[in-house]
Amino acid sequence: MDIHLFLIPPVETARRKGPHDRIVMSSRVRLARNIKEAAFPGWAKKQERIRVLELIRPAVMTLPEMKEAFSETMDTLSQLDKQILVERHLISREHAAKSAGSGLVLNRDETLCVMINEEDHLRMQALRPGLQLRQAWTAIDQADSALEKKLEFAFSPDLGYLTACPTNIGTGIRVSAMLHLPGLVLAEQINPIIQSVNKLGLAVRGLYGEGTEALGNVFQVSNQMTLGETEIAIVERLEKVLAQIIEHEENARGSLLEKKPKMVYNHIGRAYGILANAHSISSKETMNLLSLMRLGVDVGLFPGVDRSLVDELFILTQPAHLQKQHSEKLSAEERDLLRADMVRERLRPVSRPNAKLLTPPSSGLDKSQK
Amino acid sequence: MLCCVCKEKEATVHLTQIAGEKMQKVDLCEECAKTKGVNDPTGFSLADLLLGLGASQEIEQAAGGAELKCPRCGFTQADFKKAGRLGCPDCYQTFAEALEGLLKTMHKGTRHVGKVPESLRHTRDLSDRLKLLQKKLSKAIEEEDFEEAAILRDEIKQTTARLANTPTA
Repeated sequence: MDIHLFLIPPVETARRKGPHDRIVMSSRVRLARNIKEAAFPGWAKKQERIRVLELIRPAVMTLPEMKEAFSETMDTLSQLDKQILVERHLISREHAAKSAGSGLVLNRDETLCVMINEEDHLRMQALRPGLQLRQAWTAIDQADSALEKKLEFAFSPDLGYLTACPTNIGTGIRVSAMLHLPGLVLAEQINPIIQSVNKLGLAVRGLYGEGTEALGNVFQVSNQMTLGETEIAIVERLEKVLAQIIEHEENARGSLLEKKPKMVYNHIGRAYGILANAHSISSKETMNLLSLMRLGVDVGLFPGVDRSLVDELFILTQPAHLQKQHSEKLSAEERDLLRADMVRERLRPVSRPNAKLLTPPSSGLDKSQK
Repeated sequence: MLCCVCKEKEATVHLTQIAGEKMQKVDLCEECAKTKGVNDPTGFSLADLLLGLGASQEIEQAAGGAELKCPRCGFTQADFKKAGRLGCPDCYQTFAEALEGLLKTMHKGTRHVGKVPESLRHTRDLSDRLKLLQKKLSKAIEEEDFEEAAILRDEIKQTTARLANTPTA
């Protein structure tokens, strides 16, 4: 099956709605599971990996959610296909590097994605737009309960689910949310926030997960500890912390607009100026500027423009997505030209940011007249 | 103070991370700090770093010089040092002693309290009950409450029998 015919078009993905999606771009709960008495993928010989894959893949396919799913082994996917899946946040970069003996099962609406023989035999994740951690947990819990009837998982009464890396042992859970935090970045409050989130035992990572930079002011917050706490306690802790981060981000935006409106308009206006007029632009710069435009849409500087336009460009301007739209192999320089062309074209109907719309009815004059 | 990664250069980067009530400390030289990505607060987690350091050392110590090897998959401490990952689920038993301290620094607790596969839930409940009954029994004996002790002894017998009849983990 061609992954590109299967994947939901970015224009639709960008339009998906969820609670607090102004700040929380998506929610995810992942569970790590392993088959009893089988070596972990990183240590298993190829033959054993294939045996495990052939045991797990059909079992996953029987899940009711996996009707009409996309199911392939990693060696049948091209480098480009895998990169596209990474850019869609459906598989990890580590999984994209896998080949024979690893596999992927993805359901029709891209809300349930199972990586087979990544670091563990099974890495299954439930995905939801906006802030929906609890819904994601319920979904993945159900899938896991259905799977344990077909597969015998490695489990110890004391240590819980056994995983390749001791950092995942116990519940094998990682609860995470992807947050867009331009307000905290502009207000220079992001580092103290990251530090206090770290103190609560949670990790803050960049756009593509572990070890990546926070492009486009997008941060992933997730639990680190997996042993000694129930799944629901972890979900609840994340919920509490996220509610606080959302509040801080809203406050940062509010107080920036109140105290330093020119600084905010300047950033957004320049971002629009470059995006709407550039003839060559890197993926990194595009993300960072699109983030400012997204903020502009949120605060009402682009009336009539939907956030989904920016979110769609977030997806489409990434290197593999850009390459996919052209048949010949592109160099990085060529991609930068084509990216700029695409962004200019898509922003043509968008008028430049209008700060007047936001200025409260000239309060200074009102006072002097009294 | 020497860097705890390379153990060669002077440590100039000192990190402390407080997670819950636990404090973790790491001292690194500038070079190692850079390669471990410590300068980038968004991509850095002390647990991942500690895993690479502490684990292999502790396993070495626990092995007492002789190389520990997993009987199922043949994984050794040297492999763990290299990969930072274990070989198979049984490795947790093989390297249990060494991993204990590591898990303590890494996690909230050392005992799993979350989801249990349904097929094992029954077994777990029974063994938990058995532990409780045994505790009660020793208390009853201590207090010379032999009537209570007799009741408890019978219950322990029953529970043990039921546990023996259920499929094991």
